Amino acid sequence: MDVLLQQVINGLVLGSMYALVALGYTMVYGIINLINFAHGEVLMIGALCSWSLINILQPAFPNLPGWVILLMAMVLASLAAASLNFAIEKIAYRPLRNAPKLAPLITAIGMSIFLQTIAMIVWKPNYKPFPTLLPATPIPIGEAVITPTQLMILGLTAVALAVLSWLVNATRLGRAMRATAENPRMASLMGVKPDMVISATFIIGAVLATLAGVMWASNYGTVHHAMGFLPGLKAFTAAVFGGIGNLGGAVVGGLLLGLIESIGSGYLGELTGGVMGSQYSDIFAFLVLILVLTLRPSGLMGERVADRA
Amino acid sequence: MLNTNALFGKRWLLASVLLLLPFVLQPFGNAWVRIADMSLLYVLLALGLNIVVGYAGLLDLGYVAFFAVGAYLFGLLASPHLTDAFPWIAAMLPNGLHLSLWMVLPMAAGVAALFGIVLGAPTLKLRGDYLAIVTLGFGEIIRVFLNNLDQPVNITNGPKGIGPIDSVSVFGHPLSKRLDLGFIELPSVTLYYYLFLVLVVVSVVVCHRLENSRIGRAWMAIREDEIAAKAMGLNTRNLKLMAFGMGATFGGISGAMFAAFQGFVSPESFSLMESVMIVAMVVLGGLGHLPGVILGAVLLAALPEALRYVAGPLQEMTGGRLDAAILRQLLISVAMVGVMLWRPSGLWPKPEHAKRLQSMEGRNA
Amino acid sequence: MLSQHVLQVAGVSKRFGGLQALNDVHLNIERGQVYGLIGPNGAGKTTFFNVITGLYPADSGSFVLADQPYQPKDVHLVAKAGIARTFQNIRLFAEMTALENVMVARHVRTHSGLLGAIFRTSNFIQEEKEITERAQELLAYVGIDTLADVKARTLSYGDQRRLEIARALATDPQLLALDEPAAGMNATEKVQLRTLIDKIRHDHRTVLLIEHDVKLVMGLCDRVTVLDEGQVIAEGTPAQVQRDPRVMQAYLGTAQA
Repeated sequence: MDVLLQQVINGLVLGSMYALVALGYTMVYGIINLINFAHGEVLMIGALCSWSLINILQPAFPNLPGWVILLMAMVLASLAAASLNFAIEKIAYRPLRNAPKLAPLITAIGMSIFLQTIAMIVWKPNYKPFPTLLPATPIPIGEAVITPTQLMILGLTAVALAVLSWLVNATRLGRAMRATAENPRMASLMGVKPDMVISATFIIGAVLATLAGVMWASNYGTVHHAMGFLPGLKAFTAAVFGGIGNLGGAVVGGLLLGLIESIGSGYLGELTGGVMGSQYSDIFAFLVLILVLTLRPSGLMGERVADRA
Repeated sequence: MLNTNALFGKRWLLASVLLLLPFVLQPFGNAWVRIADMSLLYVLLALGLNIVVGYAGLLDLGYVAFFAVGAYLFGLLASPHLTDAFPWIAAMLPNGLHLSLWMVLPMAAGVAALFGIVLGAPTLKLRGDYLAIVTLGFGEIIRVFLNNLDQPVNITNGPKGIGPIDSVSVFGHPLSKRLDLGFIELPSVTLYYYLFLVLVVVSVVVCHRLENSRIGRAWMAIREDEIAAKAMGLNTRNLKLMAFGMGATFGGISGAMFAAFQGFVSPESFSLMESVMIVAMVVLGGLGHLPGVILGAVLLAALPEALRYVAGPLQEMTGGRLDAAILRQLLISVAMVGVMLWRPSGLWPKPEHAKRLQSMEGRNA
Repeated sequence: MLSQHVLQVAGVSKRFGGLQALNDVHLNIERGQVYGLIGPNGAGKTTFFNVITGLYPADSGSFVLADQPYQPKDVHLVAKAGIARTFQNIRLFAEMTALENVMVARHVRTHSGLLGAIFRTSNFIQEEKEITERAQELLAYVGIDTLADVKARTLSYGDQRRLEIARALATDPQLLALDEPAAGMNATEKVQLRTLIDKIRHDHRTVLLIEHDVKLVMGLCDRVTVLDEGQVIAEGTPAQVQRDPRVMQAYLGTAQA
């Protein structure tokens, strides 16, 4: 039972990060019907930028507490990642908005690899340790423990979701986004500029991904150029799982996938009598994806994709 | 109309270049012939993927899975691994398990096709972008299994890979040994070159015939507009499975040849990057246009290798940040994005005015 | 022996959520007729069309095609059974030539597969010859044989419509179903379309036509069914239907709304 509680905590933490990244995927897909294959790399670039920033900020402000440095790095890295994502959308995706379906997909894949390669060149391909800026002592909860980093992840995710929710429901931009997501032509007839809405979506997605990336790095302690690939894929699975285009679905999907992965890999060894161990945990997400797409393609909470008629 | 003399002349020129290439490259070192050999294997892969992506319009991001299936199949059947790992097999086959080329090729093709159909059956009804991700997932799943199926039963030998793998023998002569013809000696890499060249030529003929056939037209119709295709009576499900299976056979054959050529296979050779690179080859060259696909394959396979020689100095200049592998990835990614933005039909697309269907004789010019 | 009745449809109903799109619709098309289906916007014409061509399953109804029970469940079986359609938005195979577009439609009546293609068997070669010849015939029939090697997307609008009809005819249908074939056409093109459909009727083919252009329908069709709000409100020759007060109400009524 104690193991289960620990797995649940780990699962929720993992799931929160998936949720943040899944939101980016689902928002973009909901508006322009594109799987942004490069979104996982935005997470990676955000994390690597924050790593570089921390390495500059720490010696520059030796008296600031760790969490302040971390937050500063997060903010600055988000800015960088947002600008990057904005540029990518404008240069690589916008010209292909009316192209046949294969073209934007191929561009997105190419962009994903391009970003990874640039990261390899700029930051070198080695695995780098991410500085521990938060106290490391775990806090006991019942028979399980939770680290301050994990608490921060849960807290930050909750805050981010609250802010996003406010943005989407209570601001003009949010209304414009929802309108464009439902019916782009109608929205533009009502005066909404689709380009602006789409750029905003990419910017918001980048901020969320950077948050997730920095937290991922804090949690697992390393950064490297390939760190975005698997989380990106799994977050996409979570988005589909919850219902693509559906923001609530992305969150639910993310949390559930985190739980499934955490609990599943914990028990996989027992379930399969020792045949398959936790090294197979990575393919859980793929199996979930294949199952969801074959059995319930609209996801748990239903898809919300733009009416392109 | 086409000047048949000119066309014939071009073909003879091409044939001569291809036949003499190893001798041109040899003086610069075996490594260059090796590059040509690998390029031919990649041409096979690109031709196979072209059936799936270029003809039928299905984006498969996990194509390397079929390459892996063919390679591991040959590896298992033509190496000491099975007899080493399973005493009961060693007992059954005291001389070890060594199969000839003529058995391996159909087996690799058949098993790969089977995998293609099994992978395709649940997934081909998905729309384009979902299909891409699911096939990517399958490619990764296969790689994970290859890496981990050394326990509890050692089937794939995990990350250590399988080796040494027999070379293939053609008419009794193992291709790993040089061939002494008296007036000339052909090294192993050159022998493999000719084998692969034959396979490529056969594949090109097969693809060309498929393209200009009832099935080929059906695939293209699906690519162009699946709903209209269905309305015209095409069983799109079965046709897509056919494309997937057919494409897979090319992958399987190429994989088996790869295993024989290298003498060794390990999961590293079958990463997502490989799948993406093959997609890039087809897209860069010209989706659905055979000469374009071949060009794309040769460019992306040979250029990065050739770049190794440039990469050395570059690597020093940038303090070790730019090496051949990174250059290759850069090239592939820029090619993919660049082609889609500036030349979406590829470097060598089908000419605008369709030539007369070559399968028909006797039509007036 | 070709049957007298090509399509007999009875009791077709279809509900979408809260909307009863079709309510007990019935239709009888005889061989060699040009049959029109008209009605104001939203009457359910397209829904009915999509039901008989397998795009949506009906909630209820019986279908008999050429005296055989007909279950329009899978779209790809519809052409095989004998109904070939065109699309309101023209759905040609854009990158394929006009000839290839028509050749593809012969797929459902031909057989050679992978092996025939790869080994160029004599069956394959013979079949390819027949496919090509038939396709060329059909292109000439609709008047675009000079455009055989042109990519479909570069054809003019009128030529694209004709190509779509040629393509549908290539499946040897019992019933040719045209979805708003005159959409977007100017007066001259409409006259040419009418001539073509007359020719098709003259060659003993049966045609079902959804159209908005009431004048075209009245001049061309042998019989007409009028739908309004998912129900059949009139049925008969164009002359009869034109005088039917319910029909006038349906059209004029919506104009006033």
